[in-house]
Amino acid sequence: MSTTDRNRTANGDASATFDVVVIGAGIVGSAIARKLAGHELSVALLDARDDVGDGTSKANTAILHTGFDAKPGTLESRLVREGYHLLSDYAERTGIPIERTGALLVAWTDEELEALPGLKEKAERNGYDRTEIIGPAEVYRQVPHLGEGALGGLTVPDESVICTWTTNLALATDAVRRGVTLLLNRRVEAVEERGGTTVLRTTGGDVTTRWVVNAAGLGSDVIDRMFGHDRFTVTPRRGELLVYDKLARPLADKIILPVPTSRGKGVLISPTVYGNVLLGPTAEDLTDRTDTGTSEKGIAFLLEKGRKLMPELLEEEVTATYAGLRAASDHSDYVIDADARRRYVLAGGIRSTGLTAGIAIAEYVAGLAGEAGLELVPREDLPEPPRMPNLGEAFPRPYQDAARIAADPAYGRVVCFCERVTAGEIRDAFRSPIPPAGLEGLRRRTRAMNGRCQGFFCGAEVGRLLESRGACVPHENREHGGERRSPEARR
Amino acid sequence: MSTDTTPDNAGVTTLTPAVVIVGAGPSGLSAARELAPRVRGEVLVLDRESAAGGIPRHSDHPGYGIRDMRRFMSGPAYARRLVEQARAAGATIRTNATVTGWAGERTLEVTTPQGRLRVEAGAVVLATGARERPRPGRLIPGDRGRGVYTTGHLQNIVHLQHGKVGRRAVIAGAELVSWSAALTLREAGCATVLMTTEYPRPDSYALFNIGGRAFFRPRIATRTRVSRIIGKPDLRAVEIENLDTGARRIVECDTLVLTGDWIPDHELARAAGITLDPGTKGPLVDSAFRTDRPGVFAVGNLLHPVDTADIAAIDGARAARSVLAWLNGGSTPDGQVRLVAEAPFRWVTPEVIRRGDPAPARRRLLLWSDRFIPFPRVVLRQDGKVVARKRLWWPASPGRVFRVPSIMLASVNPRGGPVSIGVED
Ligand SMILES: Cc1cc2nc3c(=O)[nH]c(=O)nc-3n(C[C@H](O)[C@H](O)[C@H](O)COP(=O)(O)OP(=O)(O)OC[C@H]3O[C@@H](n4cnc5c(N)ncnc54)[C@H](O)[C@@H]3O)c2cc1C
Ligand SMILES: Cc1cc2nc3c(=O)[nH]c(=O)nc-3n(C[C@H](O)[C@H](O)[C@H](O)COP(=O)(O)OP(=O)(O)OC[C@H]3O[C@@H](n4cnc5c(N)ncnc54)[C@H](O)[C@@H]3O)c2cc1C
Repeated sequence: MSTTDRNRTANGDASATFDVVVIGAGIVGSAIARKLAGHELSVALLDARDDVGDGTSKANTAILHTGFDAKPGTLESRLVREGYHLLSDYAERTGIPIERTGALLVAWTDEELEALPGLKEKAERNGYDRTEIIGPAEVYRQVPHLGEGALGGLTVPDESVICTWTTNLALATDAVRRGVTLLLNRRVEAVEERGGTTVLRTTGGDVTTRWVVNAAGLGSDVIDRMFGHDRFTVTPRRGELLVYDKLARPLADKIILPVPTSRGKGVLISPTVYGNVLLGPTAEDLTDRTDTGTSEKGIAFLLEKGRKLMPELLEEEVTATYAGLRAASDHSDYVIDADARRRYVLAGGIRSTGLTAGIAIAEYVAGLAGEAGLELVPREDLPEPPRMPNLGEAFPRPYQDAARIAADPAYGRVVCFCERVTAGEIRDAFRSPIPPAGLEGLRRRTRAMNGRCQGFFCGAEVGRLLESRGACVPHENREHGGERRSPEARR
Repeated sequence: MSTDTTPDNAGVTTLTPAVVIVGAGPSGLSAARELAPRVRGEVLVLDRESAAGGIPRHSDHPGYGIRDMRRFMSGPAYARRLVEQARAAGATIRTNATVTGWAGERTLEVTTPQGRLRVEAGAVVLATGARERPRPGRLIPGDRGRGVYTTGHLQNIVHLQHGKVGRRAVIAGAELVSWSAALTLREAGCATVLMTTEYPRPDSYALFNIGGRAFFRPRIATRTRVSRIIGKPDLRAVEIENLDTGARRIVECDTLVLTGDWIPDHELARAAGITLDPGTKGPLVDSAFRTDRPGVFAVGNLLHPVDTADIAAIDGARAARSVLAWLNGGSTPDGQVRLVAEAPFRWVTPEVIRRGDPAPARRRLLLWSDRFIPFPRVVLRQDGKVVARKRLWWPASPGRVFRVPSIMLASVNPRGGPVSIGVED
């Protein structure tokens, strides 16, 4: 492959035959594309949506799991454990915000208390031996604002919180910088075998490739069937969450986990790297794979749980509500498999741990593809991974950085007041290798409009910057204190 | 007093005004206007917006300035007038200046395009205003469709950016600000198909009740809430519920404006550890606008979410006297009595009364009622006894501030326990 081919970035040119097309630009697909592009291959990363990271990867609880409570011996257990370390290192190199908050599993009933030793042992079987069982006094010392009635707990000091948006964007940006072609707005609707190549029939035209990796998340079973398999079915399991105002952050400095029961993992409280506090998620099996709306029942359920877990939290303002869909499957493990005959690899059933495991899944997928016949010649000339704009509160943000503001006043012009996002950051997002396609994408890249006012103050200004794609032309009217122009003059 | 304008090694410039005022809305600008000619040293007003004036800047309809300027003017004209007055009085107004936190008792951290500032002031006046609770805070379930706004967001789009909204709107709320939203929608060419209110009757000022309603004739659904948002990526409809019957129905619309439901912008106050009133969620103040941090004062809608702009402006002007007294070394009178609201009142401000302090602004206590009472008989109780009782000839009504003459406090025991304020039926 020539350098010019490799440098063909997110322009969406799909005329050539690719060596590999990865379907799905979530965390898993982006990690796979990045990994494969470390080899002498022409790779495309393809998605139905108009942006990367617009599926399940944008709406989760954003915990970097140690994997202490995985099912021992499963592929998931192994890849979560490996992914924890791989993503930690990658975050360090790219500036993805992480906070090492640690977690505390809290037992509220005798039954849950009795389950703690078993959980500790399970953690050890998963290769994690830093958990500790603690009594109620220590539980309240660690989390003073916890509701009444905790009987004991299990500490998981290495559970961490991370920015899922930056993770997805860093992996996709890295992939693009390694020469991956980003093909957005292309929903795969059928596949066709044509003399040693596969033609993907998409809503944005045909894409021809030798190999295909299916990392289509909620759509992975449908694509799998297009390749003639019938091995699993995805059930969208909705998880609704409430995000509390940053002023609530002192209440919850740690991830507070429930003891898992047969009825699922339950509701947790977690700090976020943006300085908020999450309460959720619910777990509800749906049939509609696009229903990311919130429900009256879900919200009521979370409030009821929250009232017991941490009554003081409920006094604070909710600044966002959202729902994500886990790609649950009828298998109790990830479904990752290569089909040499069809030159096809499936990475499916990545349910509730894919953020953590993504990079490890990519390593594993590349290994499988190699064994199945994909030629993997490592490249010598790989660019450094990108340095991502920091969205985390634990690290300096542009508005606080006097030197940066002195060098470029745009970092001193705060546009979104609640989240303190500057015009400089918004401009940068539009100049980045994968610019946002709309408001939602801009929010994920900058946090603009994600705060407590939800646009009361900044909504119009952010909207304007969206239209000008980040160009900071001062608005004539703003300079005059909102002077009235008569409606007639406008017509 | 000199102001140092050279950045230090870290690139931070230190300013040392006599008074720093956070927020260039009606309350902050009025405080600046009164303080600037009387203070030795600089009176510095900081606002994060790119233009001074606060909310009236984008509230482009008449109804401003009645009690403070004795005029009836539009929001933008009122804002301009306040800015001119403050400037003429000698105050410095800096826009695009976002106060992000504290670096000391009366020292603020500020971000501006000209650099990071450290503002060490002799006194701080917080005048940061209030905002409407957006959809997440109201816990309205459903889709995340585009087309859902607060009034502030809507007016920013229409009056400042001259942007577009939809064609068919539902307005949640039927109070003063809701009518303001209806006016803005009309200017933007968007019809208001329904207004909803959870109360048994719509409420707003007489101006809008007569003029507004005759003019618009929108349908008002009382005892109704928006129970679900439908449509993505764009809003298609809302589901509304009758609170009495539980009946639900779908109303097609492409725009939803969530009005009222105010929450003060109290972040800086909280960051300072200033005690808040659980009712207003703004700083707890006495009638001299002192917070419980020495030399830090609070005025405007930060204290009473939400009253009209003229009242906010009068706060600012009144608070100027207290700020001056503080700068001149005056002390706070000893002893205090706490005033607490009792249902149906949600809050009362000022919350603290001291003998020797000035009377509250306009000799009125400000309250918020959750129930409509045509001619309420207001009762003050202290230490188990009724200390004052008075029938008022104006209604207490949800969605607007209810005013009680502060003369009712005359018989309060300044060394006694908390005083509750409620109604007798
Ligand atoms: C509520 C919730 C909480 C979670 N919490 C955590 C957590 O704390 N920690 C953690 O590690 N994990 C967590 N997860 C799991 C994690 O979010 C997922 O495992 C991960 O995001 C999956 O990534 P993905 O790339 O497989 O899927 P996605 O991000 O969904 O990406 C799949 C992509 O495929 C595209 N696609 C689908 N069909 C087609 C088609 N036919 N043609 C083209 N493109 C298509 C989609 O548009 C989408 O962009 C949570 C999940 C949920 C829902
Ligand atoms: C839609 C609408 C219609 C209205 N109609 C009327 C009417 O017809 N008549 C009437 O009298 N009143 C009306 N009001 C009410 C009136 O606008 C308010 O009472 C008045 O603006 C309150 O003044 P304020 O100074 O307390 O706060 P605001 O006007 O809200 O000003 C606060 C200022 O503080 C700034 N600020 C906040 N935090 C920071 C920070 N950290 N750093 C720097 N700056 C900061 C903000 O940018 C803002 O400019 C209306 C309000 C609304 C929303």
